Amino acid sequence: MSLILRTATRFLLPLLLLFSLFLLLRGHNSPGGGFVGGLVAAAAFALYALAFDVAAARQLLRIDPRQLIAVGLLVALASGMVAWLAREPFMTGQWSYITVLGIGPVPLGTPLIFDLGVYLVVVGVMLTIILSLAEE
Amino acid sequence: MILERLTAVFVPTHLALAMLIIALFLAFARLLRGPTLPDRVVALDLVSTLAVGMMAAYAVMTNQPVFLDVAILLALIAFLGTVAFALYVGKGRIP
Repeated sequence: MSLILRTATRFLLPLLLLFSLFLLLRGHNSPGGGFVGGLVAAAAFALYALAFDVAAARQLLRIDPRQLIAVGLLVALASGMVAWLAREPFMTGQWSYITVLGIGPVPLGTPLIFDLGVYLVVVGVMLTIILSLAEE
Repeated sequence: MILERLTAVFVPTHLALAMLIIALFLAFARLLRGPTLPDRVVALDLVSTLAVGMMAAYAVMTNQPVFLDVAILLALIAFLGTVAFALYVGKGRIP
């Protein structure tokens, strides 16, 4: 594709990935979450595949998107099993508080880890579909 | 206070939304009629840009900053479809 699109993609890719992380992190209390964040991250890589080519996008991703699906499912499963350590039913949310200097106590819990799993699964599924369709 | 909110928020946002809706109808007419494919693609791009504007106006109208995030997201993503269309038009796969 054109030089303009390639140059714009170099600036837009980090921006889109940052926005997807922002959506992932605040998803527990506000609109957003793992699903939308994953879609935005997949769109970022799809844009890269359009601007350069599919092989370049695969090289940028480093891992096969199908492996991302498996890793995401395992992360989501692990976040559910944490509750067993506290002798509570599967997938009960477990929370801990970490004090960050200047911000105060920040709640960290297993729902975020579950969202991270969803994020990885969505990125993997979308990129498997998009990249194999674009390769034809 | 109420009068101030009326002149500063209510009237401008409703005016902006009304103009955006008129523009949306015009863009949609071009989308339906557009003699060639590039005309339709540009009209589709315009529709998504107008949607960003409507979200921003609606965020001001309802005093909900959450809608602005949706507008940012759509503005970042929307041109992707146009680029994909341009790619296929350039390759000559769509007549």
